[in-house]
Amino acid sequence: MATKASRAAARMMISPSVILLLGWMIIPLSLTIYFSFLRYNLITPTGNPFVGWENYYWFVTDPSFKAAMINTLLLVGGILLITTIGGVIFALLLDLPMFGQGVIRIMVIAPFFVMPTVSALVWKNMFMNPVNGIFGRLATGMGFEPVDFFGQIPLLSIIFIVSWQWLPFATLILFTAMQSLDQEQLEAAEMDGASWRNRFWFIILPHLARAITVVILIETIFLLSIFAEILVTTNGGPGTATTNLTYLIYVSSLLQFDVGMGSAGGVIAIILANIVAIFLMRMIGKNLDA
Amino acid sequence: MGRIQLEQVSKSFGELQVIPPLDLEIEDGEFVVFVGPSGCGKSTLLRLIAGLEDVTSGQVLIDGTDATDIPPAKRGLAMVFQSYALYPHMSVRKNIAFPLRMAGMDEAERDRRVQNAADVLNLTDYLDRKPAQLSGGQRQRVAIGRAIVREPAAFLFDEPLSNLDAALRVGMRIEISELHQRLGTTMIYVTHDQVEAMTMADKIVVLQSGVIEQVGSPLELYRRPQNRFVAGFIGSPKMNFVSGEAAKPYAAESIGVRPEHLQISSAEGAWKGVIGVSEHLGSDTFFHVLETGLAESITIRADGEVALNRGDTVYLTPEPDKIHRFDARGRRIE
Repeated sequence: MATKASRAAARMMISPSVILLLGWMIIPLSLTIYFSFLRYNLITPTGNPFVGWENYYWFVTDPSFKAAMINTLLLVGGILLITTIGGVIFALLLDLPMFGQGVIRIMVIAPFFVMPTVSALVWKNMFMNPVNGIFGRLATGMGFEPVDFFGQIPLLSIIFIVSWQWLPFATLILFTAMQSLDQEQLEAAEMDGASWRNRFWFIILPHLARAITVVILIETIFLLSIFAEILVTTNGGPGTATTNLTYLIYVSSLLQFDVGMGSAGGVIAIILANIVAIFLMRMIGKNLDA
Repeated sequence: MGRIQLEQVSKSFGELQVIPPLDLEIEDGEFVVFVGPSGCGKSTLLRLIAGLEDVTSGQVLIDGTDATDIPPAKRGLAMVFQSYALYPHMSVRKNIAFPLRMAGMDEAERDRRVQNAADVLNLTDYLDRKPAQLSGGQRQRVAIGRAIVREPAAFLFDEPLSNLDAALRVGMRIEISELHQRLGTTMIYVTHDQVEAMTMADKIVVLQSGVIEQVGSPLELYRRPQNRFVAGFIGSPKMNFVSGEAAKPYAAESIGVRPEHLQISSAEGAWKGVIGVSEHLGSDTFFHVLETGLAESITIRADGEVALNRGDTVYLTPEPDKIHRFDARGRRIE
């Protein structure tokens, strides 16, 4: 790309795809913003008057909004905690020489390939069902009262199911990072008198720091919009116990047919996601420079 | 104190025996170099001494006590790795202090020792940098610093200079030798470079496929190599070997003459040949002499002023008292 002419040509060549992608993003975004300022309910077809910030006001003051925010935070935080800690442990274990290493490594990755709806249904019906599920059977078999997972600990159950799906992803990334650790560094630390715990704390964990931030960033982006698992297991209930922001938007726009309210929720979700993204980017930027 | 003895030490990886049982004694304060071609087991031997590998049989004694089952950290040895193995996320100061921190030393004493080591190694200005911000030579010195703060019984060096460029290597060679003079601690140094071995060692251990070929001072090895392997490995350029008819008059299966022990003349001499490639170093010139009928090519070292060109016919004469004689199994004949 040395000459002016070739640079101009290059710009021309990439413009169709750039324009297409930009349009793909801008048009739905502007429509959403536009709808969010209208009274637009499919049940009451009384025209669509402009109502200013009314939709936002009602969305934010709705008691289920606060519940949804807290649930979203608990979901994302809980899953991140389980997958990163679990991922580090799995990466350490997979790094050990063992029989059938190749097969075991592939098996560990497998849950990631299962569709969210399918895995949630499998967990719901085959494991967590208090009558037919394996956990329920085990509990009754040993004379305990079976736990009704989605009735008694609904949010925890969903955190568990989603963690099961994302643990392989964290493991995969952390395991790859683990393999790039220079063995001589570990040997040097061993010579320097570092116990296994100290080697983990002072050598392995700092080495994994970068990979851990990558895992956190990517997972956060995807976990903010968990939906399928909630829809097929609890439908956001009982009450609002498992309603997150994504699910709340679904409820307003597709169950209550309130397009305006749903759009307002969507815009709030976009703003929140961007705030999180900015924080994470700065955190990661710092970590990647070092 | 750093007296290290190996008694019938052997190492096998599964079925493969890399080091057949061997004995070796390293005296306190000695600078010992393990040298040999790659894959000769010299690094493995060092790692056996360090405790990073378990011996298959035999004993490692450090200062007379059996250290075979003592973990590496407790052997009182410090190691400098080929890749330096610095901890990339720690500053130079923290790197050097790491072994002291692991030993639970208090902070004031730690700082004092790090400062001392930094003074000795000219690292004072770099203490707060990360390893990535240092040059190869500086990283090397940090690695050495991390080793000396522990005040170990012996230092183990695993090819520490092989990642440096030629000029730096010469400098670091001298620095390590000076460090040895100053500390007087036992040092074991592994290299494949015979020049490093010759210039630094008090005692050289030449290894080939896990077997010790010869142990001796650099000049002993140069003057009286015990076999053809040592003769060919020590000395640069390599010794010339001649076997068959030309060796008969010397009552040997083969004879060896170093390039510096051959006289070159354009008029007369024992062996006749034609000049091939010549390498001019300024002070010396190495001529590769072809068509002698003795070996494919015979290397000779001549004074830099000798003016001979490719294709010139020359005569070579070995210095009679500098001829090494070997029997059919490659062993030295006295």
